[in-house]
Amino acid sequence: MKAEKKMKIVKTIKINVDECNGCRACEVICSAVHAAPKYSSNNPARSRIRIIRDPLRDIYVPVLAGEYTVAECAGRDKYTIDGKEYDECSFCRASCPSREEFHEPDSGLPLKCDMCENEENGPLCVQWCLVDALVYEEREVEVDEEETQEELEIGLDALASKFGMQTIMDTVARMSNKER
Amino acid sequence: MRYAETGFNLEIDLSRGNIEKVATDPRDTELYLGGLGTNAKILWDRVPPEVEPFSPENLLIFGAGLLCGTPATGCNRTIVTTISPQTKLMAFSMMGGFWAPELKYAGYDKVILRGKSPDLVYLWIHNDKVEIRDASHLKGKGSIETAEILLKELDEPKAQVAAIGLAGENRVYYASIEQGRSSASRGGIGAVMGDKGVKAIVVRGTKDINIAEPEEYIGLCNDVLKYIKERDGNPIPGVMPILAGLGSPQEMKVHDEKWHTENFMWGNSRTRIKDFWSDEVEKEWTETMENARTRLISCFNCPMKCGATITMPGLPTYMMKCFTKLTYTFGAFSDLDFGLRIAQQATEYGVDGFSAPQVMAFALELLKDGILTDEDFPGMPEDSEGRFYYLLDKIVRREGIGDILADGTHWAAQKIGKGAEAYAHNNIKKIEQLPLKLSMLNPIYFLMYATGEKMNITQIEGQFPQAPFPKREHREKFVEDWIQVPDDKFKQYFLDWEMRGENSNPYYPTVDMTCDIVDWQEMMHYIDDALGQCAGLSSFPLKPPYHIHNYPKFIAAGAGIDMDEEKLTKAAKRYRTLVRAINIRRGMRRIDEAPPEDHWKKRFPELEEQLLDGYYKLKGWNNDGIPTSESLHELGLDYVSEDFIKRGILDK
Repeated sequence: MKAEKKMKIVKTIKINVDECNGCRACEVICSAVHAAPKYSSNNPARSRIRIIRDPLRDIYVPVLAGEYTVAECAGRDKYTIDGKEYDECSFCRASCPSREEFHEPDSGLPLKCDMCENEENGPLCVQWCLVDALVYEEREVEVDEEETQEELEIGLDALASKFGMQTIMDTVARMSNKER
Repeated sequence: MRYAETGFNLEIDLSRGNIEKVATDPRDTELYLGGLGTNAKILWDRVPPEVEPFSPENLLIFGAGLLCGTPATGCNRTIVTTISPQTKLMAFSMMGGFWAPELKYAGYDKVILRGKSPDLVYLWIHNDKVEIRDASHLKGKGSIETAEILLKELDEPKAQVAAIGLAGENRVYYASIEQGRSSASRGGIGAVMGDKGVKAIVVRGTKDINIAEPEEYIGLCNDVLKYIKERDGNPIPGVMPILAGLGSPQEMKVHDEKWHTENFMWGNSRTRIKDFWSDEVEKEWTETMENARTRLISCFNCPMKCGATITMPGLPTYMMKCFTKLTYTFGAFSDLDFGLRIAQQATEYGVDGFSAPQVMAFALELLKDGILTDEDFPGMPEDSEGRFYYLLDKIVRREGIGDILADGTHWAAQKIGKGAEAYAHNNIKKIEQLPLKLSMLNPIYFLMYATGEKMNITQIEGQFPQAPFPKREHREKFVEDWIQVPDDKFKQYFLDWEMRGENSNPYYPTVDMTCDIVDWQEMMHYIDDALGQCAGLSSFPLKPPYHIHNYPKFIAAGAGIDMDEEKLTKAAKRYRTLVRAINIRRGMRRIDEAPPEDHWKKRFPELEEQLLDGYYKLKGWNNDGIPTSESLHELGLDYVSEDFIKRGILDK
């Protein structure tokens, strides 16, 4: 097994909750760009970004839809940050049975942010956020790139060293004849 | 399929507890657009002039604008229409916030309330599920408090709540409907809601809004966003900061209040305090605001931060919009700390931030001048701030003198008599106005004050600079990129407008020019009010992103209605005329069309008559301000003219 260093682009939306004005333009445009045909409708309930907002408690957290999960967490914690109490779910990206965010309103199917990969200028929520609560960034990170052997290959390797390659090939030929 | 609009209204009969989802006629959308336009049509059709504001026959209509809930930036207004207890005429107060888009997502363009509920109720609209629910546990609760309780009780943190406070429940004539960071305050519509026995309307919607021409529409929206960004970076030079940018005046952001505090009137709109704005005041007020303000906030789908979350030490948090920041301060001759404190209470009670402080200052002036006596105010504190709290409480509870004051300065003065009428001096059509008293008559503002049927100057003015620029080169620079004008003649009007000399107020702009300017300003507001667009990105500021040249495209691509500038101009004129017709049918005439008598020191009666004559003519109204049969016919409003003839308002 050989490992080598490789550069990888990580698409990032930097979320500055202090700048969020709670207007939900991101939800509007996200649901519009993902409509079929594109922009033919909009509906924040279908958006893959949602603002968790509680204006009187000054809570404004834009959250992007992440992975689907079949079960909710066993326990849900509370965080206090700068004197404000946040539900753990306020930062969670999961499409989860415990809440309505990130599920199609009709079918309940999970929604996931795709970073608007087909859009020339990057995520639409960022483009529509004029108050700079959302800023798009592409980060380059160094990752270990490993050439991993497939499972079958590893198995065959082991058999070949035990029985010899010719025996393996004969056996495979005989077995495939039998199947016909 | 319907585009931009949902095509359904919710009809709720509170007397019988009946709820119906009613399909609307798409032809009405073409003729009256939506929002204010279609609200006016419904009011004309269904509320005859005999109906009193507090009659079960009066309607209370919550109309979402035609483009609300689409991606059009800043399009989020609910237009609330009813017959006002204060004016007995049509009221169409509006609120931004988040309610109208939510209603559209729930599948409705309007909620139309009729009848009266025997007990206090609230409405819960959740997509196709609509319920009238008991609200006895909310009786007497504040408007913000009510919203909090309901969201928790329904376990629907994403729902939007429009609620009344104690003032609405007790039918205070200037009670508001509060909705998060917004409110529909003018004209006493909260009193009508209270009279109908409705404490709140809670809405949650998760349906789609469809767009007729998606690519075209999003292109228009992107152009607007791009323009907002550019315009934001390039404020207009030569005008005061609050008029240089977009949005409604950025009262929560701006600390410099020299202009307002020294040019507006204090107390019962009588006293001007020159040199008020000292370094010391500025330091103190800036500190107050910075400590109180947690965050600058916006309405649905809008980058302008016109509002703020305000927390005064020891008081619950509330959200403040715009000019209420100063009205209580002015009324009570106090400071910003007091203004922000009492506004918290006033928001919970749900009263109009223009009328309420004026009424209280009016009462205290009557006391000072001996028309009211100490016996009318038992137990009232000595200090001005304490008195304001005392009066606010008496008013919203309708206790003692509060019961009279709860009807507003006009009606209170009638009841009090003894010359009190002269103290209700700052009204148009019986509604309290901004505390402004000026010297030289401004012909543009004269016409707006006199004829505007919103009866609120900030909801009529805009587009055209409020005053001439001193230097011609500045004016030339200003008109260079003035793309918003409907016609190039407006540029010339402005270029030739001078501070002094022949081409200055009051005889310049000339009568004809003034009529053109006011007509344009008013038209843009009326278009906004039908589409649900906030005036802060459109009809109010100079050089806004929305204008007569791109609006037809928005309507065409958004709603799929064939539209051009001519058709849109005509549609706006149609429902503007219908608003007038409703009021004419209720008795409004030329004699009612006057600014507060003392608004300007220097008046020009002959010129003022000419201005009214000219404006009526341009509008297609006769000399008494009544739309003529010919103009009604041209607008397709023959049904109005038939009604007028039947009632003897017009001759056959």
